[in-house]
Amino acid sequence: MSFKTLSRRSAIALGLTAGFAGLASAAFAAEVTLLNVSYDPTRELYQQFNAAFAKHWKAQSGDDVTIKQSHGGSGKQARAVIDGLEADVVTLALAGDVDQLHKNGGLIPADWNKRLKDNSAPYTSTIVFLVRKGNPKAIKDWADLGRDGVEVVTPNPKTSGGARWNYLAAWGYALKQDGGNEAKAKELVGKIYKNTKVLDSGARGSLTTFTERAIGDVLISWENEAYLATKELGPDKFEIVTPTVSILAEPSVAVVDKVVDKRGTRKVAEAYLNYLYSDEGQDLAGKNYYRPRDAKAAEKYKAQFSAVKLFTIDDVFGGWSKATEVHFKDGGIFDQIYTPGAKTEAPKADAPKEAAKK
Amino acid sequence: MSHSKTHRVLPGFGLSLGFTLAYLSLIVLVPVSAVFIKTAGMTAEQFWTAVASPRVVASYKLTFGAALLAAAINCVFGLLLAWGITRYTFPGRKLVDALIDLPFALPTAVAGIALTAIYAKNGWLGQFLEPLGIKIAFGPPGVLVALVFIGLPFVVRTVQPVLEDLDAEFEEAAASLGATRWQAVTRIVFPTLLPALLTGFALAFARAVGEYGSVIFIAGNIPMVSEITPLMIITKLEQYDYQGATAIASVMLVISFLLLLTVNGLQSWAAKRTGRTY
Repeated sequence: MSFKTLSRRSAIALGLTAGFAGLASAAFAAEVTLLNVSYDPTRELYQQFNAAFAKHWKAQSGDDVTIKQSHGGSGKQARAVIDGLEADVVTLALAGDVDQLHKNGGLIPADWNKRLKDNSAPYTSTIVFLVRKGNPKAIKDWADLGRDGVEVVTPNPKTSGGARWNYLAAWGYALKQDGGNEAKAKELVGKIYKNTKVLDSGARGSLTTFTERAIGDVLISWENEAYLATKELGPDKFEIVTPTVSILAEPSVAVVDKVVDKRGTRKVAEAYLNYLYSDEGQDLAGKNYYRPRDAKAAEKYKAQFSAVKLFTIDDVFGGWSKATEVHFKDGGIFDQIYTPGAKTEAPKADAPKEAAKK
Repeated sequence: MSHSKTHRVLPGFGLSLGFTLAYLSLIVLVPVSAVFIKTAGMTAEQFWTAVASPRVVASYKLTFGAALLAAAINCVFGLLLAWGITRYTFPGRKLVDALIDLPFALPTAVAGIALTAIYAKNGWLGQFLEPLGIKIAFGPPGVLVALVFIGLPFVVRTVQPVLEDLDAEFEEAAASLGATRWQAVTRIVFPTLLPALLTGFALAFARAVGEYGSVIFIAGNIPMVSEITPLMIITKLEQYDYQGATAIASVMLVISFLLLLTVNGLQSWAAKRTGRTY
């Protein structure tokens, strides 16, 4: 009897223990998913990096991690996250777009870019030119883009992160010339946009316009995108021209605090971003034509990039907030290029009340 | 029944009216009023700078101008098409009939990319047009081409049933009474078709005003030249200016509503004149 009871009890206890153990192991070796919301040209990079990180995470923690990717124009992606897309991490084209996650909805703290090394930008890139084979218009530097008869393709800086880098790179180049000043910079940038025949809404759209539709003599492009394009679409059709001066583009990454705290994925999300700084992460960045931060990887991939003097947005423009305020907001310098005198035009006194009622 | 509350022939008037209003509110009025409520938070000056900046005004001109022109073009050629497939039998008629609906079914982005590929300077048609100095893709003509494409089925599909109804006997009768062909068309056929044609025009126009997907690929999107108003709304959204975006949207809504109201008025006038209602 007693034996029987005991055995029954122990059986229950055993079962319970096993159950807990099962639950526990299920909790710890659970299949974790992360969503990485990124911008257009990083598709290839993150496909490779995600596989590498999943392997690394499995080895380190024993857990399986699946990373889903989402790509699109950087600004649009930021807005999707603000509007409720549950991104554990964002890896966007520019700090200005990540800042919006703080400004709209407080998804991340204001000092998010201090949380990781190098302004939270694990790899960098710059802005170069893609021209047709043989460079028939002899385009060497930013000044050539403002010449009469040169057709330029670049996306709209209002909608594309890459396009903002393009614009600021041209502006910075003009400032850094002998006798360069704001007026001259405005003149050059104005001429470049006068030469622009198609303003697509994103970098991939511009690439298609230039390569598939045969529009334009020069495409202002992300360096990594330019290399990818020449490799995939045929080096016999296009060549890359690196200007003397360009901007150091820092695509930044951040863990989205509100999302990871809600989903309980902070640890793995942080590990994911940290892994971008590891030897393997840096190597993959270089392999995908990004400029690695790490000295060793940078040295390894040095030969694939041309030398260029780089300036940062903080040095020349005092950061993204200021640059956006002066250049890209409605009525800013970019708008003035297309509508000279628009800023001085006062709103008509009688009409607004009528209009506001609508 | 001494106290005669007039009974309608069809029962359930109250129920169906109630349902109609409730459904319309849920599906149309609530989302539309959200646009106006969002705008209401703006000061008059903010509103005015958002909706009356030169770039936005240029986009209204292009959007409404191209939409009106495209709807007009569709009226002419849509009528011809409808005439062709209702009045004549020819091999492949069913196929042509089905083809007309294609712009309905095609995702607009696909239409935009296809049209751009055809009209770009290295495209099938573009390569012949560009040397003649005719530039379609990446300019306002491209916008028009896209809007004509997406609007065509609206005109054909509204005119077609009326044409099918309109027996050729009417024209024969006119002819037997001594009318010339021109008179038969202008006095008999056209007035009968007019209300349906106006409906088709209104539908094609409304569709064209709101079109984004196909136009964006072919327009070139140059400020002051080839930006459409829906793009201006998207641009505002990209800059996190939700209020500015809804302000422009509300202006579009008001203009569209007024234009559609005008067309509806014209249509009921034409219908009264001919005694037909479509």
